[in-house]
Amino acid sequence: MELIQQLVNGISLGSIYALIALGYTMVYGIVRLINFAHGDVFMIGSFVGFYAVTMLGVGFFPALLLAMAACAVLGVLIERIAYKPLRNATRIAVLITAIGVSLLIEYVMIYLRGAQPEAYPGALLPGGNIKLFGVVVSSQSLFILGTSLALMILLQFIVHRTKIGKAMRAVSHDAEAARLMGINVDNTISATFAVGSALAGAAGVIFGIYYTKIDPLMGILPGLKAFVAAVLGGIGIIPGAMVGGLLLGVIESLVSGLGYSLWRDGVAFVILILILIFRPAGLFGKNVREKV
Amino acid sequence: MATWKRTRGFWVSIILVFAFFAVVQWLIASGMLNIFYVNTLFFMAINVILAVSLHLIIGITGQFSIGHAGFFAVGAYASAIMTMKLQLPFAVGIAAAGVAAALAGLLIGVPSLRLKGDYLAIATLGFGEIVRIALLNIDYVGGASGMTVTHMTTWPWVFACLLATIVVIANFTNSTHGRACISIREDEIAADAMGINTTYYKVAAFAIGSFFAGIAGALYAHHFYIIQPSNFGFLKSFDILIFVVLGGLGSLSGAVVAAVLLTVVSTFLQNYPETRMIIYSLVLILVMLYRPKGLMGTKELTSLFKWRKAAQGGMNHDNKNTVA
Repeated sequence: MELIQQLVNGISLGSIYALIALGYTMVYGIVRLINFAHGDVFMIGSFVGFYAVTMLGVGFFPALLLAMAACAVLGVLIERIAYKPLRNATRIAVLITAIGVSLLIEYVMIYLRGAQPEAYPGALLPGGNIKLFGVVVSSQSLFILGTSLALMILLQFIVHRTKIGKAMRAVSHDAEAARLMGINVDNTISATFAVGSALAGAAGVIFGIYYTKIDPLMGILPGLKAFVAAVLGGIGIIPGAMVGGLLLGVIESLVSGLGYSLWRDGVAFVILILILIFRPAGLFGKNVREKV
Repeated sequence: MATWKRTRGFWVSIILVFAFFAVVQWLIASGMLNIFYVNTLFFMAINVILAVSLHLIIGITGQFSIGHAGFFAVGAYASAIMTMKLQLPFAVGIAAAGVAAALAGLLIGVPSLRLKGDYLAIATLGFGEIVRIALLNIDYVGGASGMTVTHMTTWPWVFACLLATIVVIANFTNSTHGRACISIREDEIAADAMGINTTYYKVAAFAIGSFFAGIAGALYAHHFYIIQPSNFGFLKSFDILIFVVLGGLGSLSGAVVAAVLLTVVSTFLQNYPETRMIIYSLVLILVMLYRPKGLMGTKELTSLFKWRKAAQGGMNHDNKNTVA
């Protein structure tokens, strides 16, 4: 039973990773950029949710929507100011800029409000535990899982059933050809950043409810792990990010369940290096030959 | 006299270097530099070693590594174990630090055979984190509370290590091997097609760069009395990265100047850590937006002097197209 309990915890944690990983994978798929600032967008989302609840006194869903909207705007701003001028620059220049943006968001946040952590209000979601076949599942984690799943289904709908989703897929396939076909590539890239960042914002609010403690540097580790999840599933592949996130969450919970909780953060990076060595395209990816 | 003309630069630099060493040694011995300035000076030298060693990996070989603090940590702990646990002399500690870090460099260099660009960056970042988490969990080295280390770092040691780092890496860059590394930076596929063993040179650059990062770690550990895993997080890696980026990707003297300048800046901003990080991040973004090659580009400081250029002819890679 202990094992199933850990599995349930792992899936809740994994759904948070999956939500962040979706943003990474979408952005990477479309502009081939590791958006290091993504974890910090997640942090901002968490704080927007926190302030919405404590200062405006709204409930869970309005807070979630507010955080998603704020993060979408932030994501587009980051893209327009920092990444767009570097569209044709070297990979190293873009990566260094992304690191710079990440540090900037973190330390501006610390500058504005200090580095002290904040405790999320607990009574946002209905409490109580549900017993299922001898396993105690908190209704909170079911709620979290439900919200994440709903968001992922919504994303699938956007990407596969709407016009902007079609444009995203076209640009990620071949930006030049898409431009020739009359697709506004810049707007499509902005839309991708908006959607990805909104998901990260939602993940931030969910994370706050699940772990109660939030602070300005909280985005770093979940951000990196979500990247690991995206690589694990195959970067650029949306279902891959979901599966990778869930898998990583479950593995981490199992590792802590076995009594190695201090090694938990290390395991994610070991998985990353192993995946990169043995299956660099990820679990769902196909190996693409390099063109000269 | 022709020999004198050719070797003039060499002898002048040797005299300048030893004069600098003697002056600082005299200032420290006579107590004219107080402890604050000595600390800053040592920290400056350690940062220069780190910057130059990362410069070899990123600037010369073009391998984007952002886990340099990991090698730094390996060196610091390896040397501390040698001197504190095994009671061996400091020299052995320094050597062990270099060797241990170089082995770690080989370890991370091997996956780098298959990885490029972003993936290598994230793998090295992961490696740095693995080192930190491992140190956090090993009780032999004190876990989170760290290790206490006696103070052994003196100016002659710091200076000797600094000089060795710069001389080795500058000579490596100007050798056949260095040319091969530069060709990998410029275009790896073309270099491979020209018969350069890219794998070998990438791993070699990693090993040499991490060797010197390890030595910097030994100096650091024996100067600051205590080492903790939290000193070696990826913020430290980013600190080192910004030296190299600001100085110019591919400029050794640029890395040195940037490391010295930024150490001074961060000493003055010690009481305002957020401001320091905000400035650092803005500098990173603005330099990349407006001057993506860094302040010095691939130019060296020496190429600013005309007579050096004339004397060295084609030897100096001072123009933009490094490998023509």
